[in-house]
Amino acid sequence: MQKYLVRRFLLALVTLVSVSLIIFIMSRVSGDPRHIYLDDYSTQEDWDRMGVVLGLDKPYYQQYGLFLKGAVRGDFGESVREGRPVLNVVLERAPATMQLGAVAFLLSLVVGVPLGILSAVKRGTFLDTFGKFVALIGQSAPGFWLGIMMMFFFAVKLGWVPPYGKQEWNSIILPAVTLGWYYAAANLRLVRSAMLDVMDSEYIKLARAKGVNSRTIVLKHAFRNALIPPLTFAGVTLGALVTGSLVVETVFAWPGLGRLAIEALFAFDYPLLQGVVITFTLMYITAAFVVDVLYAYVDPRIRYA
Amino acid sequence: MAADLRGIVIAPPTRRARLSGVYRKLKRWPVVPVFLLGLVVFAGLFAPLIAPHDPESGDLRERNIPPAWSGGEQAIKTVVERVTINERTTSVTLSDARVSNPNAQIGDQVKVFTRPEGSTKFLLGTDHLGRDVLSRVIYGARISLLVSIITLAVGGSLGIAIGLMAGWYGGVVDEFLMRLVDIKLAIPLILIALVLVITLGQSLWIIVTVLCLFIWPRFARQVRGEVLQLKHMDYVSLAKVSGASTPRILFIHIFPGTINTLIVVATLQVGIVILLESTLSFLGAGVPPPTPAWGSMVADGRDKLAGGVWWISTFPGVAIMITVMSLNLFGDWLRDTLDPRLRQLE
Repeated sequence: MQKYLVRRFLLALVTLVSVSLIIFIMSRVSGDPRHIYLDDYSTQEDWDRMGVVLGLDKPYYQQYGLFLKGAVRGDFGESVREGRPVLNVVLERAPATMQLGAVAFLLSLVVGVPLGILSAVKRGTFLDTFGKFVALIGQSAPGFWLGIMMMFFFAVKLGWVPPYGKQEWNSIILPAVTLGWYYAAANLRLVRSAMLDVMDSEYIKLARAKGVNSRTIVLKHAFRNALIPPLTFAGVTLGALVTGSLVVETVFAWPGLGRLAIEALFAFDYPLLQGVVITFTLMYITAAFVVDVLYAYVDPRIRYA
Repeated sequence: MAADLRGIVIAPPTRRARLSGVYRKLKRWPVVPVFLLGLVVFAGLFAPLIAPHDPESGDLRERNIPPAWSGGEQAIKTVVERVTINERTTSVTLSDARVSNPNAQIGDQVKVFTRPEGSTKFLLGTDHLGRDVLSRVIYGARISLLVSIITLAVGGSLGIAIGLMAGWYGGVVDEFLMRLVDIKLAIPLILIALVLVITLGQSLWIIVTVLCLFIWPRFARQVRGEVLQLKHMDYVSLAKVSGASTPRILFIHIFPGTINTLIVVATLQVGIVILLESTLSFLGAGVPPPTPAWGSMVADGRDKLAGGVWWISTFPGVAIMITVMSLNLFGDWLRDTLDPRLRQLE
């Protein structure tokens, strides 16, 4: 178990460093940032001075070293647009994204898992068809469109919830449903097929032959084993929720990191953008690591492999 | 003695039996998804022939016209000589009033259209620039098809090549590939795409490049897994013994064995590529306007929704959903048919 954890941790570190390298290369390939910060009236002296301040006068490998050194200490430079340290801006916006992601994630489990179990147990009935329909919509409709349609229907037409922003408690409903639907659909399919698989196994037949009632069989014997595939998927889900938040936060004007990234992008605020991308990556890697550990805990076969 | 069968008439199938026969066929063959996909491909190929209007230009006087079946909206307004901005909702000029009521005089209360009736000229209505929504949806199929075909060809080949090598050589090559896949999962690729588009400008090639980066790992992993199984087959060993070169073994002996699963993966990936492409164009990083793309059309109509103009965003979204849904259903069917190992219990 310890060996497995150490290995996973080292791999996570390798991923993080590679991502930071990619981000660094991208920020340098995309052009000299001084073109954006300085205007036509600046002199050569201004240009050079800015280069020294940003560390652009040093060779690339040293620049990357400085970037890494800063990043480790949480120093991503100053946001051009806000004139404040990037870290502060990111930390301000992060809770909103985490809130949204957590609610969407819970929603995808609360909807996907029970519906998956039900449609496997009541295979071929109306419930099963309903489950398939929910899953099909979730996996086929683009999130941004689903969000806009729900906004039009529930906020503009019916006026049940605010159309955008984050003021009242119920403003989180639409963004969370939009974000969570795709993953609810994926969970539903995974749980359903895993349940069908398990329900067909010998030990379930034995339990039935013993006369265990079907509720106990489904909830105690089958369900626990059917949890493994969705748990594997949870790691991927948490990461992809980050990307999803870009779209959903844009649609619903949700004041989180996704929208911050888009704002930074269109304001050419590269230090801020770098900070957000690194934060996203860090969030994903942490989530994936936690899931891997949980996974090994639940499924002994992984630990000893 | 044979039984006397004279006089026995075989009843024609009842209506219900016939219907259930149709239902069973629909369940066994993916008729509906294939038909819908055919429709999308047809629309993409022959867009200039079937689109009723020019998708890229419109008449501003014909903007925001609702779909053909919509009755429009009317309101009672006072006819005045001049309409100030504040009185716009309650009054109307004489010339405007006379459009719907030729005898209108100043001071009259008249019923006028605040939103025009739909007409068969624009079946799905027009957008905020007076462009025909139907024509734009039809032309939008082109971009989605083009992007997914190029992405699939380039990204798919790349993934297959990497997967073949990783599976065949194993060891360090394999480990390196799997790390690349990890890294790809950890990077928010949509953000990278947006950065590229902002710095290098919008173009089809940037989208395709990013999407290729996105889809190759799926192919690579699939092929790798298959190669790991196939390389221990007797016929591969025989090929090796008889002196076949490694590329020959990989491409002539092993690759054909992976084609079945690859077709399934490719079908399902096209759906994902179309979703991603539309997401990119929604965020403003798709093909440059005014070329119609489904995602950017949804974005166009987004801020018109509050005014009740729902058709600009709705129809392109429906087009995306129908396409992706058909691809998913068709892919599921292909998987069940071509590759029983991948079959989900149904």
